[in-house]
Amino acid sequence: MAEASTRETYGKTLAELGRQNRDIVVLDSDLSPSTMTTFFAREFPDRFFDCGLEEQNMIGIAAGLAASGKIVFVSTFAIFASCRCFDQLRLCLSQPELNAKIVATHGGISVGEDGTSHQAIEDLALYCALPGFTVVVPADAIEAAEAVRAAASAYGPFYIRLSRPKTPVVYPEGYHFTLGKAVTMRQGKDATIMATGIMVAKALEAADVLAGQNIDCRVINMHTLKPLDEGAVVKAASETGAIVVAEEHLAQGGLGSRVAQTVTKKKPVPMEFVNLGDRYAVSGKAEELLQRYGLTAKDIEESVKSAVRRK
Amino acid sequence: MPKRASPQTTSPSNRFNLSTAELKDTAKKLRRHVVTMIAAAGSGHPGGSLSAADVITALYFKILRYNPENPQWSDRDRFILSKGHAAPILYAALAEAGYFPTAELATLRKLDSRLQGHADRKFTPGVEMSAGSLGMGLSFAIGVALTARLNSQTYRTYVLLSDGECEEGQTWEAALSAAHFGLDNLTAIVDYNGIQLSGWTCDIMNLEPFFRKWQAFGWRTIDIDGHDFDQILSACQRAEKTKNKPTLIIAHTIKGKGVSFMENNVAFHGKAPTPEEAEKALKELE
Repeated sequence: MAEASTRETYGKTLAELGRQNRDIVVLDSDLSPSTMTTFFAREFPDRFFDCGLEEQNMIGIAAGLAASGKIVFVSTFAIFASCRCFDQLRLCLSQPELNAKIVATHGGISVGEDGTSHQAIEDLALYCALPGFTVVVPADAIEAAEAVRAAASAYGPFYIRLSRPKTPVVYPEGYHFTLGKAVTMRQGKDATIMATGIMVAKALEAADVLAGQNIDCRVINMHTLKPLDEGAVVKAASETGAIVVAEEHLAQGGLGSRVAQTVTKKKPVPMEFVNLGDRYAVSGKAEELLQRYGLTAKDIEESVKSAVRRK
Repeated sequence: MPKRASPQTTSPSNRFNLSTAELKDTAKKLRRHVVTMIAAAGSGHPGGSLSAADVITALYFKILRYNPENPQWSDRDRFILSKGHAAPILYAALAEAGYFPTAELATLRKLDSRLQGHADRKFTPGVEMSAGSLGMGLSFAIGVALTARLNSQTYRTYVLLSDGECEEGQTWEAALSAAHFGLDNLTAIVDYNGIQLSGWTCDIMNLEPFFRKWQAFGWRTIDIDGHDFDQILSACQRAEKTKNKPTLIIAHTIKGKGVSFMENNVAFHGKAPTPEEAEKALKELE
């Protein structure tokens, strides 16, 4: 599979949006060369504010700009965009439902060598806990661009999580993204893998292997965690009778928890979960870490078999 | 950071434009509202509302340009209450200014009231920002002031902080960045009443040398008696004329000001007066 950078795509898309709409402003906290907001900053220096290493202050500034009519994009690493400023997100953006878009890069453990302090593995739980926030984890660079455009044109607070490394491209050019609408990447009748972010490509890989073992696996890209496409969940439960959720996140509070709530309430079926569990990771290469912490196609494959056995 | 010229203020003045004597009477009236509201609610923070009463009165009845019939008027001056627990004094001012009927003040803190326990922009016309978790208002004010610059609008942004909330790290993040951005359209006022929930600020977490701290952070800094209208007005005018840097007015005040048994009394930071105490307080405020 070809690879592309979600954050580079984000930077370029942001600059494109900046050309179309003068009300778009961008905040960053000393990470613009990494978050790639530099593309926007170079083209629109007057509408770009580097807030320095002041994430809490940055969220407050974003709220003030949004409350006075601006469409505010805020970027930093996912760990700082979530854990560092949670009370500010709650009272300044979520409760007043202001129009700010937090687009965080370096999500998950695929950050790699920087280690625990830089690996956002609880960000999805935190953002999904905030009423009014829309939470999106694009599966590839093409979907990232689409999600950013969708966020710019929808009112309200958004969290979009992107990755540090280049990631496999799972969509063709011209793919059209619909907010809150899950995408069936592959049909199947024996089980469904619901994945988000970089786990979508791994889910497709696992489904290929499983096909060779006579397990016909559906693969769904749950790019929008909140609001969740409950219809797609119920349909998958009804039609395939087993669900595996794969995400680059802790066990609690992310996609797995959200899908499980819907499944238990509306259509109980055996479920398995592929995630980090309840632990921090360490330094290492991205692929080494994904292997160490159970986030590979092989892990998904095993979980599918286990779910199917329980049917 | 390039310094930019600020647009001159040309909009009409405050719709009340009261004299100093009238401001004094109005402040007393707002204090009476505060005591009555909090007593009726049975909970709330009288001390910090009473200490801020004169500053808020000066702002709403002499300085700020706004239109209660059109709370979202895009060129209005913005007032952001960062010390959200002083919501009662803001509600009293907004009601007297015409944003909603004064009768509604009696609903403070009650279920389905527009007057939430802490200031809340989702419910109350005229309230610019939700507050109550301390240290956030100055950051919000920076965003509002940056918008004025981006849009070439002439409104000014005012924000009222408590001294206690200057213990929050975010306040100092914001202090750095407002100066860095050269926001001369921003006036911050600290209601320096010296008392926080559990004691005197100098004992809990000393802020001094406070004036020199703000100065060192790049702000024009002005010390005033926060109960003297001439000093409040003159400080706000000096702030308006200041170029390339934000202004911080340290309003030295007395917690519980105007009610003898609440003055400098830590107990009335966050406690409602009993009906008897309220009656006594209202007599003193006649």
